Amino acid sequence: MTTPRIEFKNVSKSFSGAGQVIPALANVSFKVMPGEFITIIGTSGSGKSTLFNLCVGLLEPDNGEILIDGEQPKKRTGMVGYMPQEDLLLQWRSVLDNVIIPLQIQGIPKREAQQKALKMLPDFGLKKFEHEYPSALSGGMRQRAALLRTWLMGRSTLLLDEPFGALDALTRRELQNWLLRVWHEYGRTVMFITHDVEEAVFLADRVIVLSNQPGEIKSKLRIDLPRPRNQGMIAEPAFYLLVKELLTELGIIHQSTI
Amino acid sequence: MNWRRDIIPPIALITILVVGWYFVAKVSGLSSFILPSPLDAIQAGWETRDQLVNSIGLTLTATGIGILLAITLGVGIAALMDLWPLAHRALYPILVVSQTIQILAIAPILVIWFGFGLTPTVLIVVIFCFFPLAISTADGLTSTRPELIALLHAMGATKRQIWRMVRFPSALPSFFSGLRLAVTYSVVAATIGEWVGGSPGLGLYLLRSKNALATDQVFIAMFITSLLSIILFLLVYSIERLVLPWYYKRRTESWDEIGIY
Repeated sequence: MTTPRIEFKNVSKSFSGAGQVIPALANVSFKVMPGEFITIIGTSGSGKSTLFNLCVGLLEPDNGEILIDGEQPKKRTGMVGYMPQEDLLLQWRSVLDNVIIPLQIQGIPKREAQQKALKMLPDFGLKKFEHEYPSALSGGMRQRAALLRTWLMGRSTLLLDEPFGALDALTRRELQNWLLRVWHEYGRTVMFITHDVEEAVFLADRVIVLSNQPGEIKSKLRIDLPRPRNQGMIAEPAFYLLVKELLTELGIIHQSTI
Repeated sequence: MNWRRDIIPPIALITILVVGWYFVAKVSGLSSFILPSPLDAIQAGWETRDQLVNSIGLTLTATGIGILLAITLGVGIAALMDLWPLAHRALYPILVVSQTIQILAIAPILVIWFGFGLTPTVLIVVIFCFFPLAISTADGLTSTRPELIALLHAMGATKRQIWRMVRFPSALPSFFSGLRLAVTYSVVAATIGEWVGGSPGLGLYLLRSKNALATDQVFIAMFITSLLSIILFLLVYSIERLVLPWYYKRRTESWDEIGIY
Protein backbone atom coordinates (compact mmCIF):
# COMPACT_ATOMS: atom_id res chain seq x y z
CA MET A 1 0.00 0.00 0.00
CA THR A 2 1.29 3.47 -0.83
CA THR A 3 2.16 5.79 2.03
CA PRO A 4 0.03 8.91 2.25
CA ARG A 5 1.88 12.17 1.71
CA ILE A 6 0.06 13.67 4.65
CA GLU A 7 -1.97 11.96 7.30
CA PHE A 8 -3.90 13.54 10.18
CA LYS A 9 -4.90 11.19 13.01
CA ASN A 10 -7.49 12.58 15.41
CA VAL A 11 -5.92 16.04 15.42
CA SER A 12 -7.44 18.66 17.73
CA LYS A 13 -6.41 22.23 18.26
CA SER A 14 -7.97 25.01 20.31
CA PHE A 15 -6.97 28.56 21.05
CA SER A 16 -7.39 30.43 24.28
CA GLY A 17 -8.22 34.08 24.15
CA ALA A 18 -10.23 36.59 26.19
CA GLY A 19 -10.57 34.09 29.04
CA GLN A 20 -12.22 31.34 27.03
CA VAL A 21 -11.04 28.38 25.05
CA ILE A 22 -12.12 28.37 21.43
CA PRO A 23 -11.90 25.00 19.70
CA ALA A 24 -10.59 25.41 16.15
CA LEU A 25 -10.26 21.80 15.02
CA ALA A 26 -11.70 18.69 16.65
CA ASN A 27 -10.76 15.08 15.86
CA VAL A 28 -9.69 15.70 12.31
CA SER A 29 -8.48 12.62 10.44
CA PHE A 30 -7.71 12.32 6.75
CA LYS A 31 -5.10 11.04 4.31
CA VAL A 32 -3.70 12.71 1.23
CA MET A 33 -2.33 10.23 -1.28
CA PRO A 34 0.57 10.99 -3.67
CA GLY A 35 -0.51 12.93 -6.74
CA GLU A 36 -3.92 13.79 -5.35
CA PHE A 37 -5.56 17.17 -5.66
CA ILE A 38 -7.58 17.82 -2.50
CA THR A 39 -9.68 20.90 -1.91
CA ILE A 40 -10.78 21.91 1.55
CA ILE A 41 -13.91 23.97 1.92
CA GLY A 42 -15.72 25.48 4.85
CA THR A 43 -17.05 28.82 6.03
CA SER A 44 -14.65 31.30 7.61
CA GLY A 45 -13.82 30.22 11.13
CA SER A 46 -13.97 26.55 10.26
CA GLY A 47 -10.28 26.14 10.97
CA LYS A 48 -9.03 25.74 7.39
CA SER A 49 -6.00 27.93 7.87
CA THR A 50 -5.35 26.36 11.29
CA LEU A 51 -5.20 23.01 9.55
CA PHE A 52 -2.51 24.31 7.19
CA ASN A 53 -0.59 26.03 9.96
CA LEU A 54 -0.48 22.69 11.78
CA CYS A 55 0.73 20.97 8.63
CA VAL A 56 3.62 23.35 8.00
CA GLY A 57 4.73 23.42 11.62
CA LEU A 58 3.64 26.93 12.56
CA LEU A 59 1.33 25.37 15.18
CA GLU A 60 1.47 22.21 17.27
CA PRO A 61 -1.66 20.07 17.78
CA ASP A 62 -3.17 19.68 21.25
CA ASN A 63 -3.96 16.05 20.51
CA GLY A 64 -3.39 13.62 17.69
CA GLU A 65 -0.64 12.94 15.18
CA ILE A 66 0.42 14.54 11.94
CA LEU A 67 2.39 12.23 9.65
CA ILE A 68 4.35 13.41 6.65
CA ASP A 69 5.34 10.65 4.23
CA GLY A 70 4.46 8.14 6.91
CA GLU A 71 6.67 9.63 9.59
CA GLN A 72 6.16 11.97 12.48
CA PRO A 73 9.05 14.44 12.18
CA LYS A 74 10.33 16.46 15.11
CA LYS A 75 10.02 19.68 13.18
CA ARG A 76 7.62 19.96 10.28
CA THR A 77 8.81 23.37 9.04
CA GLY A 78 10.27 23.21 5.55
CA MET A 79 8.83 19.78 4.80
CA VAL A 80 5.86 20.78 2.67
CA GLY A 81 5.42 23.66 0.26
CA TYR A 82 3.19 26.37 1.69
CA MET A 83 1.52 29.37 0.13
CA PRO A 84 -0.48 31.65 2.43
CA GLN A 85 -3.52 33.70 1.41
CA GLU A 86 -1.57 36.82 0.56
CA ASP A 87 1.28 36.67 -1.92
CA LEU A 88 3.67 38.06 0.75
CA LEU A 89 6.35 38.88 -1.80
CA LEU A 90 9.23 40.92 -0.38
CA GLN A 91 8.94 44.33 -1.97
CA TRP A 92 12.68 44.95 -1.81
CA ARG A 93 13.48 41.91 -3.92
CA SER A 94 12.89 41.48 -7.65
CA VAL A 95 10.58 38.70 -8.80
CA LEU A 96 13.57 36.45 -9.46
CA ASP A 97 15.09 37.11 -6.05
CA ASN A 98 11.72 36.53 -4.39
CA VAL A 99 11.13 33.13 -5.90
CA ILE A 100 14.59 31.86 -4.95
CA ILE A 101 14.01 32.50 -1.23
CA PRO A 102 13.24 28.84 -0.40
CA LEU A 103 16.35 27.73 -2.31
CA GLN A 104 18.49 30.21 -0.40
CA ILE A 105 16.98 28.95 2.84
CA GLN A 106 18.10 25.48 1.83
CA GLY A 107 21.61 26.83 1.45
CA ILE A 108 21.85 26.89 -2.34
CA PRO A 109 24.10 29.75 -3.54
CA LYS A 110 22.27 32.70 -5.04
CA ARG A 111 23.65 32.36 -8.57
CA GLU A 112 22.78 28.67 -8.78
CA ALA A 113 19.31 29.30 -7.34
CA GLN A 114 18.69 32.01 -9.93
CA GLN A 115 19.72 29.66 -12.76
CA LYS A 116 17.26 27.10 -11.48
CA ALA A 117 14.44 29.64 -11.13
CA LEU A 118 15.01 31.19 -14.56
CA LYS A 119 14.23 27.83 -16.17
CA MET A 120 10.85 27.76 -14.43
CA LEU A 121 9.79 31.36 -15.17
CA PRO A 122 8.19 30.68 -18.60
CA ASP A 123 6.00 27.88 -17.21
CA PHE A 124 4.74 30.27 -14.56
CA GLY A 125 4.06 33.06 -17.06
CA LEU A 126 6.71 35.31 -15.56
CA LYS A 127 9.23 35.39 -18.37
CA LYS A 128 10.75 38.87 -18.90
CA PHE A 129 9.42 40.02 -15.54
CA GLU A 130 12.24 38.54 -13.48
CA HIS A 131 13.85 41.90 -12.74
CA GLU A 132 10.65 43.75 -11.87
CA TYR A 133 9.74 44.57 -8.29
CA PRO A 134 6.49 42.98 -7.09
CA SER A 135 4.83 46.42 -6.95
CA ALA A 136 5.00 46.54 -10.75
CA LEU A 137 3.07 43.29 -11.22
CA SER A 138 -0.66 42.62 -11.54
CA GLY A 139 -2.47 40.61 -8.87
CA GLY A 140 -2.52 37.48 -11.01
CA MET A 141 1.20 37.66 -11.71
CA ARG A 142 1.99 38.19 -8.05
CA GLN A 143 0.03 35.05 -7.19
CA ARG A 144 1.94 33.13 -9.85
CA ALA A 145 5.24 34.43 -8.45
CA ALA A 146 4.17 33.35 -4.95
CA LEU A 147 3.23 29.97 -6.35
CA LEU A 148 6.58 29.59 -8.09
CA ARG A 149 8.27 30.45 -4.80
CA THR A 150 6.27 27.66 -3.14
CA TRP A 151 7.06 25.37 -6.04
CA LEU A 152 10.80 25.94 -5.77
CA MET A 153 10.76 24.66 -2.21
CA GLY A 154 10.94 21.38 -4.12
CA ARG A 155 8.56 19.53 -1.84
CA SER A 156 6.25 16.88 -3.23
CA THR A 157 3.23 18.30 -1.39
CA LEU A 158 1.95 21.85 -1.82
CA LEU A 159 -0.49 23.54 0.55
CA LEU A 160 -2.24 26.47 -1.11
CA ASP A 161 -4.39 28.65 1.13
CA GLU A 162 -7.01 30.41 -1.00
CA PRO A 163 -4.39 31.35 -3.57
CA PHE A 164 -6.93 32.85 -5.97
CA GLY A 165 -9.24 34.34 -3.35
CA ALA A 166 -8.36 37.95 -4.04
CA LEU A 167 -8.46 37.73 -7.82
CA ASP A 168 -11.22 38.73 -10.20
CA ALA A 169 -13.41 35.96 -11.58
CA LEU A 170 -11.80 35.84 -15.02
CA THR A 171 -8.19 35.83 -13.85
CA ARG A 172 -9.18 33.19 -11.35
CA ARG A 173 -10.47 30.85 -14.05
CA GLU A 174 -7.33 31.39 -16.09
CA LEU A 175 -5.15 30.52 -13.11
CA GLN A 176 -7.27 27.46 -12.29
CA ASN A 177 -6.61 26.08 -15.77
CA TRP A 178 -2.98 26.93 -15.50
CA LEU A 179 -2.63 25.36 -12.04
CA LEU A 180 -4.22 22.12 -13.20
CA ARG A 181 -1.86 22.05 -16.16
CA VAL A 182 1.34 22.48 -14.11
CA TRP A 183 0.02 20.10 -11.44
CA HIS A 184 -0.58 17.49 -14.15
CA GLU A 185 2.79 18.08 -15.84
CA TYR A 186 4.92 17.98 -12.72
CA GLY A 187 2.90 15.46 -10.75
CA ARG A 188 2.85 17.02 -7.32
CA THR A 189 0.34 16.55 -4.51
CA VAL A 190 -1.86 19.57 -3.77
CA MET A 191 -4.07 20.61 -0.85
CA PHE A 192 -6.05 23.68 -1.76
CA ILE A 193 -8.22 25.76 0.57
CA THR A 194 -11.10 27.67 -0.96
CA HIS A 195 -14.50 28.97 0.00
CA ASP A 196 -15.71 28.92 -3.56
CA VAL A 197 -17.89 25.86 -4.12
CA GLU A 198 -17.43 25.72 -7.92
CA GLU A 199 -13.68 26.08 -7.55
CA ALA A 200 -13.60 23.27 -4.98
CA VAL A 201 -15.39 20.91 -7.36
CA PHE A 202 -13.61 21.99 -10.53
CA LEU A 203 -10.09 21.39 -9.23
CA ALA A 204 -10.37 18.43 -6.95
CA ASP A 205 -10.10 14.68 -6.85
CA ARG A 206 -11.65 14.88 -3.41
CA VAL A 207 -13.28 17.67 -1.44
CA ILE A 208 -12.97 17.79 2.34
CA VAL A 209 -15.83 19.69 3.97
CA LEU A 210 -15.14 21.29 7.33
CA SER A 211 -17.94 22.26 9.69
CA ASN A 212 -17.92 25.41 11.74
CA GLN A 213 -16.49 25.83 15.26
CA PRO A 214 -15.06 23.47 16.09
CA GLY A 215 -13.84 22.50 12.63
CA GLU A 216 -14.70 18.86 12.14
CA ILE A 217 -14.64 16.90 8.94
CA LYS A 218 -18.24 16.79 7.92
CA SER A 219 -17.76 14.76 4.81
CA LYS A 220 -15.34 13.82 2.07
CA LEU A 221 -16.71 14.07 -1.41
CA ARG A 222 -15.13 12.26 -4.35
CA ILE A 223 -15.19 14.18 -7.63
CA ASP A 224 -15.32 11.70 -10.49
CA LEU A 225 -15.22 14.21 -13.31
CA PRO A 226 -12.80 13.19 -16.07
CA ARG A 227 -9.37 14.76 -16.39
CA PRO A 228 -8.02 16.91 -17.90
CA ARG A 229 -10.70 19.29 -16.72
CA ASN A 230 -11.80 22.22 -18.82
CA GLN A 231 -13.92 25.22 -17.98
CA GLY A 232 -16.70 23.92 -20.26
CA MET A 233 -17.45 21.25 -17.69
CA ILE A 234 -18.91 23.75 -15.28
CA ALA A 235 -21.99 23.95 -17.47
CA GLU A 236 -22.59 20.19 -17.45
CA PRO A 237 -25.18 18.44 -15.29
CA ALA A 238 -22.61 16.14 -13.64
CA PHE A 239 -20.73 19.20 -12.40
CA TYR A 240 -23.86 20.88 -11.12
CA LEU A 241 -25.04 17.83 -9.24
CA LEU A 242 -21.72 17.77 -7.40
CA VAL A 243 -21.99 21.48 -6.63
CA LYS A 244 -25.48 20.88 -5.28
CA GLU A 245 -24.29 17.98 -3.15
CA LEU A 246 -21.52 20.15 -1.75
CA LEU A 247 -23.89 23.02 -1.01
CA THR A 248 -26.08 20.57 0.86
CA GLU A 249 -23.13 19.31 2.88
CA LEU A 250 -22.28 22.90 3.74
CA GLY A 251 -25.83 23.44 4.98
CA ILE A 252 -26.57 26.10 2.41
CA ILE A 253 -29.24 23.97 0.70
CA HIS A 254 -31.35 22.34 3.38
CA GLN A 255 -32.12 18.66 3.11
CA SER A 256 -35.86 19.19 3.35
CA THR A 257 -36.03 21.52 0.39
CA ILE A 258 -34.48 19.03 -2.04
CA MET B 1 13.80 64.75 -8.45
CA ASN B 2 12.38 67.17 -10.96
CA TRP B 3 14.75 70.07 -11.50
CA ARG B 4 12.18 72.69 -12.48
CA ARG B 5 9.59 71.63 -9.95
CA ASP B 6 11.73 70.82 -6.93
CA ILE B 7 14.97 72.81 -7.21
CA ILE B 8 14.04 76.18 -8.70
CA PRO B 9 11.38 77.31 -6.14
CA PRO B 10 13.51 77.09 -2.97
CA ILE B 11 16.52 78.65 -4.70
CA ALA B 12 14.38 81.49 -6.03
CA LEU B 13 12.92 82.16 -2.58
CA ILE B 14 16.35 82.12 -0.93
CA THR B 15 17.69 84.54 -3.52
CA ILE B 16 14.79 86.92 -2.90
CA LEU B 17 15.36 86.78 0.86
CA VAL B 18 19.11 87.42 0.55
CA VAL B 19 18.61 90.33 -1.82
CA GLY B 20 15.93 91.72 0.52
CA TRP B 21 18.31 91.39 3.45
CA TYR B 22 21.01 93.22 1.49
CA PHE B 23 18.71 96.19 0.83
CA VAL B 24 17.40 96.34 4.39
CA ALA B 25 20.99 96.37 5.69
CA LYS B 26 21.94 99.13 3.23
CA VAL B 27 18.85 101.33 3.50
CA SER B 28 18.40 101.11 7.28
CA GLY B 29 21.88 102.52 7.82
CA LEU B 30 22.43 100.21 10.81
CA SER B 31 26.10 99.70 11.60
CA SER B 32 27.53 96.43 10.36
CA PHE B 33 28.00 94.99 13.82
CA ILE B 34 24.23 95.14 14.39
CA LEU B 35 23.09 94.05 10.93
CA PRO B 36 25.86 93.22 8.46
CA SER B 37 24.86 92.85 4.83
CA PRO B 38 25.43 89.49 3.10
CA LEU B 39 28.42 91.01 1.31
CA ASP B 40 29.95 92.04 4.65
CA ALA B 41 29.54 88.48 5.92
CA ILE B 42 31.19 86.98 2.84
CA GLN B 43 34.02 89.47 3.05
CA ALA B 44 34.58 88.69 6.73
CA GLY B 45 34.67 85.01 5.86
CA TRP B 46 37.23 85.62 3.14
CA GLU B 47 39.47 87.62 5.48
CA THR B 48 39.47 84.86 8.08
CA ARG B 49 39.57 82.04 5.51
CA ASP B 50 42.56 80.19 6.98
CA GLN B 51 40.93 80.04 10.36
CA LEU B 52 37.55 79.11 8.80
CA VAL B 53 38.87 76.27 6.66
CA ASN B 54 40.75 74.90 9.64
CA SER B 55 37.60 75.15 11.79
CA ILE B 56 35.44 73.47 9.15
CA GLY B 57 37.89 70.59 8.99
CA LEU B 58 37.87 70.11 12.74
CA THR B 59 34.10 70.37 13.05
CA LEU B 60 33.54 67.95 10.19
CA THR B 61 35.99 65.47 11.70
CA ALA B 62 34.17 65.56 15.02
CA THR B 63 30.80 65.32 13.24
CA GLY B 64 31.87 62.39 11.08
CA ILE B 65 33.32 60.36 13.94
CA GLY B 66 30.30 61.26 16.07
CA ILE B 67 27.80 60.09 13.44
CA LEU B 68 29.62 56.82 12.88
CA LEU B 69 29.68 56.15 16.61
CA ALA B 70 26.02 57.19 16.90
CA ILE B 71 25.05 54.77 14.11
CA THR B 72 26.90 51.93 15.84
CA LEU B 73 25.41 52.77 19.21
CA GLY B 74 21.90 53.52 17.91
CA VAL B 75 21.62 50.40 15.76
CA GLY B 76 23.22 48.33 18.51
CA ILE B 77 20.70 49.54 21.06
CA ALA B 78 17.84 48.98 18.61
CA ALA B 79 19.00 45.42 17.90
CA LEU B 80 19.41 44.72 21.61
CA MET B 81 15.93 46.06 22.37
CA ASP B 82 14.54 43.95 19.57
CA LEU B 83 16.23 40.70 20.57
CA TRP B 84 15.59 41.08 24.26
CA PRO B 85 12.22 42.43 25.43
CA LEU B 86 13.55 43.11 28.93
CA ALA B 87 16.20 45.40 27.45
CA HIS B 88 13.44 47.18 25.55
CA ARG B 89 11.48 47.91 28.70
CA ALA B 90 14.61 48.89 30.63
CA LEU B 91 16.25 51.03 27.95
CA TYR B 92 13.40 52.91 26.33
CA PRO B 93 12.74 55.32 29.25
CA ILE B 94 16.48 55.88 29.66
CA LEU B 95 16.73 56.76 25.98
CA VAL B 96 14.06 59.38 26.41
CA VAL B 97 15.72 60.73 29.54
CA SER B 98 19.03 60.94 27.69
CA GLN B 99 17.43 63.49 25.38
CA THR B 100 16.38 65.69 28.29
CA ILE B 101 19.93 66.03 29.62
CA GLN B 102 20.94 69.65 29.73
CA ILE B 103 23.63 69.85 27.09
CA LEU B 104 24.92 73.16 28.50
CA ALA B 105 25.73 71.35 31.73
CA ILE B 106 27.07 68.12 30.30
CA ALA B 107 29.42 69.75 27.77
CA PRO B 108 31.72 71.46 30.32
CA ILE B 109 31.73 68.29 32.41
CA LEU B 110 32.85 66.30 29.37
CA VAL B 111 35.65 68.83 28.88
CA ILE B 112 36.69 68.41 32.51
CA TRP B 113 36.78 64.64 32.02
CA PHE B 114 38.33 64.41 28.58
CA GLY B 115 40.18 67.70 28.17
CA PHE B 116 40.02 70.19 25.31
CA GLY B 117 40.00 68.53 21.94
CA LEU B 118 38.03 66.17 19.80
CA THR B 119 36.65 63.76 22.40
CA PRO B 120 34.06 65.93 24.22
CA THR B 121 32.76 67.31 20.91
CA VAL B 122 32.41 63.83 19.43
CA LEU B 123 30.56 62.68 22.54
CA ILE B 124 28.08 65.52 22.27
CA VAL B 125 27.42 64.65 18.63
CA VAL B 126 26.81 61.06 19.73
CA ILE B 127 24.43 62.14 22.50
CA PHE B 128 22.45 64.25 20.02
CA CYS B 129 22.40 61.75 17.16
CA PHE B 130 22.05 58.24 18.56
CA PHE B 131 18.54 58.86 19.83
CA PRO B 132 16.70 59.32 16.50
CA LEU B 133 18.75 56.44 15.12
CA ALA B 134 17.94 54.05 17.96
CA ILE B 135 14.24 54.91 18.01
CA SER B 136 13.71 54.78 14.26
CA THR B 137 15.69 51.57 13.82
CA ALA B 138 13.82 49.93 16.69
CA ASP B 139 10.52 50.99 15.15
CA GLY B 140 11.67 49.70 11.79
CA LEU B 141 12.53 46.32 13.26
CA THR B 142 9.14 45.98 14.94
CA SER B 143 7.39 47.05 11.74
CA THR B 144 8.27 43.77 10.01
CA ARG B 145 5.04 42.03 9.09
CA PRO B 146 4.61 38.93 11.27
CA GLU B 147 3.12 37.09 8.28
CA LEU B 148 6.45 37.38 6.45
CA ILE B 149 8.31 35.95 9.42
CA ALA B 150 5.79 33.11 9.70
CA LEU B 151 6.10 32.33 5.99
CA LEU B 152 9.88 32.07 6.11
CA HIS B 153 9.69 30.02 9.27
CA ALA B 154 7.25 27.64 7.57
CA MET B 155 9.76 27.35 4.70
CA GLY B 156 12.29 26.12 7.21
CA ALA B 157 14.35 29.30 7.63
CA THR B 158 16.53 29.72 10.70
CA LYS B 159 16.26 32.79 12.93
CA ARG B 160 19.39 34.22 11.38
CA GLN B 161 18.05 33.74 7.84
CA ILE B 162 14.78 35.41 8.83
CA TRP B 163 16.76 38.30 10.28
CA ARG B 164 18.87 38.70 7.16
CA MET B 165 16.12 38.24 4.57
CA VAL B 166 13.18 40.01 6.24
CA ARG B 167 13.82 41.86 9.49
CA PHE B 168 16.88 43.80 8.41
CA PRO B 169 15.67 44.93 4.96
CA SER B 170 12.27 45.99 6.25
CA ALA B 171 13.93 48.15 8.93
CA LEU B 172 16.11 50.01 6.42
CA PRO B 173 13.64 52.74 5.38
CA SER B 174 13.08 53.70 9.03
CA PHE B 175 16.79 53.56 9.71
CA PHE B 176 17.42 56.04 6.92
CA SER B 177 14.69 58.38 8.15
CA GLY B 178 16.47 58.40 11.50
CA LEU B 179 19.85 58.93 9.87
CA ARG B 180 18.55 61.90 7.90
CA LEU B 181 17.34 63.49 11.14
CA ALA B 182 20.58 62.62 12.91
CA VAL B 183 22.94 64.13 10.33
CA THR B 184 20.83 67.29 10.22
CA TYR B 185 21.39 67.76 13.95
CA SER B 186 24.97 66.61 13.92
CA VAL B 187 26.81 69.72 12.69
CA VAL B 188 24.89 71.99 15.04
CA ALA B 189 25.59 69.53 17.86
CA ALA B 190 29.31 69.63 17.11
CA THR B 191 29.41 73.44 17.11
CA ILE B 192 27.49 73.56 20.38
CA GLY B 193 30.02 71.16 21.85
CA GLU B 194 32.90 73.28 20.65
CA TRP B 195 31.29 76.48 21.84
CA VAL B 196 30.51 75.23 25.33
CA GLY B 197 33.70 73.22 25.69
CA GLY B 198 35.95 75.78 24.06
CA SER B 199 37.34 73.18 21.64
CA PRO B 200 38.69 74.40 18.30
CA GLY B 201 36.26 74.26 15.38
CA LEU B 202 33.37 76.30 13.96
CA GLY B 203 31.85 76.57 17.43
CA LEU B 204 34.93 78.24 18.84
CA TYR B 205 35.11 80.49 15.77
CA LEU B 206 31.52 81.52 16.52
CA LEU B 207 32.31 82.11 20.19
CA ARG B 208 35.34 84.26 19.43
CA SER B 209 33.50 86.25 16.76
CA LYS B 210 30.65 86.91 19.16
CA ASN B 211 33.05 88.04 21.90
CA ALA B 212 34.77 90.38 19.43
CA LEU B 213 31.37 91.71 18.31
CA ALA B 214 32.29 90.57 14.79
CA THR B 215 28.67 90.02 13.76
CA ASP B 216 29.63 89.52 10.11
CA GLN B 217 31.80 86.55 11.12
CA VAL B 218 28.95 85.13 13.22
CA PHE B 219 26.73 85.23 10.15
CA ILE B 220 29.21 83.53 7.83
CA ALA B 221 29.87 80.78 10.40
CA MET B 222 26.11 80.30 10.73
CA PHE B 223 25.74 79.90 6.95
CA ILE B 224 28.59 77.47 6.75
CA THR B 225 27.07 75.39 9.55
CA SER B 226 23.75 75.26 7.71
CA LEU B 227 25.43 74.48 4.42
CA LEU B 228 27.34 71.58 5.96
CA SER B 229 24.14 70.19 7.48
CA ILE B 230 22.35 70.42 4.15
CA ILE B 231 25.23 68.72 2.32
CA LEU B 232 25.20 65.87 4.85
CA PHE B 233 21.43 65.56 4.52
CA LEU B 234 21.66 65.36 0.72
CA LEU B 235 24.50 62.85 0.98
CA VAL B 236 22.40 60.53 3.15
CA TYR B 237 19.41 61.05 0.86
CA SER B 238 21.47 60.04 -2.18
CA ILE B 239 22.82 56.95 -0.45
CA GLU B 240 19.28 56.07 0.54
CA ARG B 241 18.06 56.26 -3.04
CA LEU B 242 20.88 54.00 -4.13
CA VAL B 243 20.32 51.45 -1.38
CA LEU B 244 16.50 51.43 -1.48
CA PRO B 245 15.54 51.77 -5.15
CA TRP B 246 12.42 49.66 -4.55
CA TYR B 247 11.19 52.07 -1.89
CA TYR B 248 11.29 55.11 -4.13
CA LYS B 249 10.09 53.26 -7.16
CA ARG B 250 6.99 52.23 -5.31
CA ARG B 251 6.29 55.68 -3.97
CA THR B 252 6.63 57.61 -7.17
CA GLU B 253 5.00 54.97 -9.28
CA SER B 254 1.34 55.50 -9.74
CA TRP B 255 -0.47 58.62 -8.64
CA ASP B 256 2.23 61.24 -8.81
CA GLU B 257 0.74 62.90 -11.87
CA ILE B 258 -2.70 63.41 -10.45
CA GLY B 259 -1.28 65.76 -7.85
CA ILE B 260 -2.84 64.22 -4.75
CA TYR B 261 0.49 64.16 -2.91
